Amino acid sequence: MGSVFRSEEMCLVQLFLQSGSAYDCISELGEMGLVEFRDLNPSVNSFQRRFVSEIKRCEEMERILGYLLREIRKANIAVPEDDEICPVAPPPKHVLEIMEQLQRLEVELSEVARNKEKLQRNLLELTEYTHMLRITRTFVHSRSRNKALGPQYEEFQSIESDSAGCTGMQRLGAKLGFVSGLIHRVKVEAFERMLWRVCKGYTILSYAELGESLADLDTGEISTNVVFLISFWGDQIGQKVQKICDCYHCHLYPHPENDEERADVMDSLRTRIQDLNNVLHRTEEYLRQVLQKASESAFTWVVQVKKMKAIYHILNLCSFDVTNKCLIAEVWCPVNDLTNLRGALEEGSRKGDATVPSFVNRIPSNDTPPTLLRTNKFTSGFQSIVEAYGVGDYREVSPAPYTIITFPFLFAVMFGDLGHGMVMACFALWMVLTEKSHKRKRSDNEIWTMFFEGRYIILMMGLFSVYTGLIYNDCFSKSLNIFGSGWSVRAMFTDQQWTNETLQTNTLLILDPNVSGVFVGPYPFGIDPIWNMAVNRLSFLNSYKMKMSVIIGVMHMSFGVVLSVFNHLHFKQRFNIYLLFLPELLFLLCLFGYLVFMIIYKWLAFGARDSRLAPSILIHFINMFLMQGGDNTPLYPGQTGLQVFLVVVALLCVPVLLIGKPVYLYWLHRGGKSLRLRRGYERVRRVSEDDMSQAPAYADDEEEGFDDLMTSRDTQPKEVKTATVHTSHINI
Amino acid sequence: MVSCLFCGPKLAACGIVISIWGVIMLAMLGIFFTTHSAVLIEDVPFKEEDMHNDQESLHAIYGLYNQVGYNCFIAAGIYVLVAALSFCQIKLNHRKEYMVR
Repeated sequence: MGSVFRSEEMCLVQLFLQSGSAYDCISELGEMGLVEFRDLNPSVNSFQRRFVSEIKRCEEMERILGYLLREIRKANIAVPEDDEICPVAPPPKHVLEIMEQLQRLEVELSEVARNKEKLQRNLLELTEYTHMLRITRTFVHSRSRNKALGPQYEEFQSIESDSAGCTGMQRLGAKLGFVSGLIHRVKVEAFERMLWRVCKGYTILSYAELGESLADLDTGEISTNVVFLISFWGDQIGQKVQKICDCYHCHLYPHPENDEERADVMDSLRTRIQDLNNVLHRTEEYLRQVLQKASESAFTWVVQVKKMKAIYHILNLCSFDVTNKCLIAEVWCPVNDLTNLRGALEEGSRKGDATVPSFVNRIPSNDTPPTLLRTNKFTSGFQSIVEAYGVGDYREVSPAPYTIITFPFLFAVMFGDLGHGMVMACFALWMVLTEKSHKRKRSDNEIWTMFFEGRYIILMMGLFSVYTGLIYNDCFSKSLNIFGSGWSVRAMFTDQQWTNETLQTNTLLILDPNVSGVFVGPYPFGIDPIWNMAVNRLSFLNSYKMKMSVIIGVMHMSFGVVLSVFNHLHFKQRFNIYLLFLPELLFLLCLFGYLVFMIIYKWLAFGARDSRLAPSILIHFINMFLMQGGDNTPLYPGQTGLQVFLVVVALLCVPVLLIGKPVYLYWLHRGGKSLRLRRGYERVRRVSEDDMSQAPAYADDEEEGFDDLMTSRDTQPKEVKTATVHTSHINI
Repeated sequence: MVSCLFCGPKLAACGIVISIWGVIMLAMLGIFFTTHSAVLIEDVPFKEEDMHNDQESLHAIYGLYNQVGYNCFIAAGIYVLVAALSFCQIKLNHRKEYMVR
């Protein structure tokens, strides 16, 4: 186990993997999660890499699995409740089997889905036809009772009777055509108007709304339809009517001639609908069965395919040696884990039945290794908060262990309620105790995931809030009187300060601690509960909380600055201590450390008796900067002199901080190199042109002038940054 | 058997969370009122004449304290009932979910 103080020591290692067992070795390494692979083929396009076809196959399987999972979710089939769905990546020989099964499933599913859709469409048509027949029956029957149309026909009959042999009614009957169907309700008025205009009154449209709304299969929306019946007279009108109906996307159905036919058709439709419903039901059951069977292994396959794809991706990063028998990989590995690495490779070689075992070879390197900080489920939340500000350099001191305490503590200082803190702690405790089942469920809700990942942080924040709630004596915004208040109102009466008359004439009265017996002593732990009843509660509490926050903030910032010393010592940059650490610390302590001193001095030096004479620290602090202040009474003798000295020291630190380090580094480059530079130029003049190549190197170094040094100057280390941000939070 | 399910899973979960909070908070408030805690004086409904009645004022105020305390306990009892109801609904919802599968 490595230390939590710094990030781990890493080394660059070369792996020589035999090509037969390379897949298994990398699978073992992946399961242990030990190393970071470097890309040895950076110039190769991703489509030209060696294992592209395998990756394509994996992606094809992922596509089918995605379709499968969507169908499973739509059918509301439950996820199998295994403890850990963590299968190992399958060896290449099993892959073809899985691929085949998936393809078969996909074909089957799509076929069944298509059939189902066809059946549903059919069913819809038949249902519409039934409705249409039912409703047009009412039209026809109501019309036959309608006397108004009767005389019209008879009128025509009398005109036409002498021209041809057949009766006018029969002739009219032959020419009278019917078109019936369904149309959307929103289109009915336009449809009617169009018919009227085009056919010039040779058509009669009767329509009635369909009681229930049907789902339109193409768009999927539910709309109300209207059944209509158009009776027209003439062939050409018939064609026009047909065209108009097409234009308005009506569903047309053949209209029966008479009632017997209508009854027959309705009967046959009824039986057909029943049959279709049966078939549909069976189809759905079959589909569900197929999906149920698939869901047993679908989730395992998902994980397996993902792992396989990852392994091929890593294999693409390796390079083959000349004989093509051996894969070479370069990895960053923690020094402490080298034995585990060797063990994993042995295991992989054994699984892959390799004749020659794979081995490791540690190589030196000048590159900066990656930063590794090991975390467990408790520290991972805090580590991610710290990383939000930035990841540390290799072997830098990690501020994460301190944030385990400081972050929840600063939250608690701001929160400070016993009751609500307990509620928060209980909620976090519940999440921690049931974490196994929640981890298994793997919810999609982002907000819940955020709370769950931070359960330990919330638990710490809750517990610390209980503590600060006790100190602020604040439980659901009311104080608890546990020990008995230190203030006594009765003493004001026994000392003849107040009488019943004072009570009746005044609305507000001030308890004077100078009167004997009023203030018995400080409350043992926290703020006295009598303050909850006082009207001037906030002016007391605000001053107290602000001063306490300043003290805690300055302590926190100094701690951060002091932490940076360890970095300077580790990286052997002693000049940083004199040019960065010392001015930072002096600046901080001379100004804010002095403020803390003034706060504590005022608390100690002034009591209840001379509280009227106590000067305001804020005014003193401001005057310190303005170099004024003869008006105020000094806190202590010699104050002005000391303050001037501190301000001067702080002001002197500023230029050292800003330009001290760049100037020093520039001088290093200058002072070290200037002689060599001249020598370099001399050599170029004397020697042949082969050495010209060396001159640009020196010229480049020379170019690294002031600008580079100013920008590459190490800005404040992360600990100070973290501390400053936290302190700004307190003061809000 | 008539289905007693009348609210969905989320409403039932809301119900039980609020009921637990209500029970705990009202019980604690009831205790603090019956022990005549001074800090809760603003919530005790005393009138002007109670203050001027010198002999009985203290006992009258204590009586009012106790009354408010008992009210709190009754409310806590009602919340216990609501909690039991919500818990039943949660159980019924779970069972219905299992049956669908």
